[in-house]
Amino acid sequence: MTTDLMINDPFASAVTEFAEWKLPSRRKVGVLSLIGTEATVFSIFVVAYVFYTGKSLTGPYPSDVLTVPIVATVCLLSSSLTIVLAERAFKRESAGGFRLWWGLTIILAIVFLAYTASEWYRLITVEHLTISTNLFGATYYSLVGLHASHVVVGLILLTLVLVLSVLGRVRPADAERLEMVSWYWHFVDAVWVVVFTVVYIIGR
Amino acid sequence: MATASPEIVFPQARERFSVISLLHELVVTVDHKKLGLMYICSGLLFFVVAGLLATVMRLQLAVPNNDLVEPDTFNRLFTVHGTTMVFFFGMPFIAGLMNYLVPLMIGARDMAFPRLNAFGFWIFLFGGLLLYFSYLGAPGLSGHGTAPDVGWFAYAPLSDRAFSRGHSTDYWILSIFLGGIGSSASAINVIATVISMRCRGMTLMRMPLFVWLMLVTAGMILLALPPLTAAQVMLLLDRFLSARFFDTQAGGSAVLWQHFFWLFGHPEVYILIIPGFACVSEIVPVFSRKPIFGYPVMVAATVMIGFISMGVWAHHMFAVGMTSLSNTFFALSTMLVAVPTGIKIFNWLGTMYGGKIRFEMPMLCCIAFLFQFLCAGLTGVMLASVPFDWQLTDTYFVVAHFHYVLIGGLAFAIFGGIYYWYPKATGRMLSKRLGLWHFWLFLIGFHLTFDTMHIPGLLGMPRRIYTYGPGRGWEIYNLIETIGVFFQIAGTLCLVINLLWSLSKGAEAGPDPWDAWTLEWATSSPPPEYNFETLPAVRSRRPLWDLKHPEDPDWKYE
Repeated sequence: MTTDLMINDPFASAVTEFAEWKLPSRRKVGVLSLIGTEATVFSIFVVAYVFYTGKSLTGPYPSDVLTVPIVATVCLLSSSLTIVLAERAFKRESAGGFRLWWGLTIILAIVFLAYTASEWYRLITVEHLTISTNLFGATYYSLVGLHASHVVVGLILLTLVLVLSVLGRVRPADAERLEMVSWYWHFVDAVWVVVFTVVYIIGR
Repeated sequence: MATASPEIVFPQARERFSVISLLHELVVTVDHKKLGLMYICSGLLFFVVAGLLATVMRLQLAVPNNDLVEPDTFNRLFTVHGTTMVFFFGMPFIAGLMNYLVPLMIGARDMAFPRLNAFGFWIFLFGGLLLYFSYLGAPGLSGHGTAPDVGWFAYAPLSDRAFSRGHSTDYWILSIFLGGIGSSASAINVIATVISMRCRGMTLMRMPLFVWLMLVTAGMILLALPPLTAAQVMLLLDRFLSARFFDTQAGGSAVLWQHFFWLFGHPEVYILIIPGFACVSEIVPVFSRKPIFGYPVMVAATVMIGFISMGVWAHHMFAVGMTSLSNTFFALSTMLVAVPTGIKIFNWLGTMYGGKIRFEMPMLCCIAFLFQFLCAGLTGVMLASVPFDWQLTDTYFVVAHFHYVLIGGLAFAIFGGIYYWYPKATGRMLSKRLGLWHFWLFLIGFHLTFDTMHIPGLLGMPRRIYTYGPGRGWEIYNLIETIGVFFQIAGTLCLVINLLWSLSKGAEAGPDPWDAWTLEWATSSPPPEYNFETLPAVRSRRPLWDLKHPEDPDWKYE
């Protein structure tokens, strides 16, 4: 009943019962939980967007000012592919290949953000749509802005990894860490599929 | 800490104890037990403060046409009281229990992410302080308002800029926002700990029920907090950038705020009460000398509660004017929650039935919990019926119902938990004599206040009024309620004195004072920083039973 009993381990039999005792990586579980709660945050903004679709009392309306961002979408979605290729190169221990694909992922993310920036610039200066103009403005900027801010966070993570890799600080043992960055990145891409569908297809 | 092992004396071990070194230790620690106790202590501090706010409200309502406080002050009192109790007492107390006990119960040395754990604590603490800082800081440059006064659910448009000048509502938003980040951090931590850090042999179905229930709670926190966080971001955008989310003049919807808030708010009630269930599920078997009755059913019922609770939120909104279909759906789903909850109550009773019950302090609290929580559940089912709710929405009947849940249910379960685990955390027993004083004073006070509160509610007394006229038949009940408060204060005082006195004067507890069965009792009290010298391995749900009874271990039957 005391600690002595535990030290002498009368459970030696249990040790043999579970000779192979392997639990999921805590890093993976943690990141999946984070992604789960983040997805819920997004779903609330999506609900708000859908709920307020067509409820704006004054213009401009989505159909007047939004164009389907095909290039940006292609860039962001293909960055999910390039990051997978980067991971594969990393597992082959090909540093050059890894940096090439990882760098390409970063470039694709920057192109996506540049598109969002130019779209916002046009909407604000040409179309005079701000967050306080109408319900469309409020829901559009908050939903797309929330996604873009996640892209920015992802971009910072990606850049950090690239810098560390160039400095030679990324070791094969860090494979799981890189995998977590890539999971987050896939999540950001998957959210874009929903945002794209809701904002540019259904809501327009 | 200093003396990790008696053989090796580190130079720090001879360092003199000082307040500075203690504070330094508190600030830099990432130990789950210290953080757990810090959560619990700061939670109790907020509990006392918010309790005093409630006392002022009760004094104001003791007699008709009282003018102890101004109406504006009264609004601030109930807003800060409610917000504190839910976000800065309930949530941190739960986080504290999780932090302290989950790693010990699953035979781990710490949480999965110790630094995230410390981050969660500090961000919660400053969130809570921010709420109280609003009394000073909220007037800002414009000089409007002090503390938040929009109620703990801050209904739009009352909380929009046009009706809430100054920064009081901003403080409300930001303090809860920070608290929410802290809660999410500890929820992620608990999930990762339970999934990935269990000791050898501890399969999911061998975990103590406490751990199972905390796992479900953590999952619920992750899914239920985001609606609030998102809605608060929208409200901030409304207030600072003139977005139009909740502005009906621009086509926005004030009802949307209510949906988002209660989509968080109702699961939140279960997030608060399930840890209460968790304490009871550990205490009742140990003090009935029987294994828990129907372990798999208890797990299933908890998961069911978690699941159903996500689909009941609009029963807070029957009076708003929803469609009949919505009203019917939410009435039925609300009544459905009573099924798994009833299963739990029967299982606790089944555990006690035929058991050799020891009426120690933890068990007394749990027995009170069982009766009171049952009554609270019954008024809940009453309120789930739509016409009844229409009649009693926003009356003191509702206030009585949820205080019955949160004090009669949660607080008593927490008291039980305090008496049960205090010896583990401090190495000293709490005094039973003071404990009995605390228990009976608080019990009598609780029933005086909250049994009585149902009646003026049925007579139509609305909540949140700062005073009322004589001649409505409410006077005597309100007076009795206020008298009950003083019994509760006296009881709480006994608890606080007991907690402090026993710290140095209590009887030595030893590692396992209750002859219990879960792993936290296998290590010394208080546990060393590394928890277990060798990590344990288990073969059943009651590893310490197996240890103490090698001739008749549980694993032969499970």
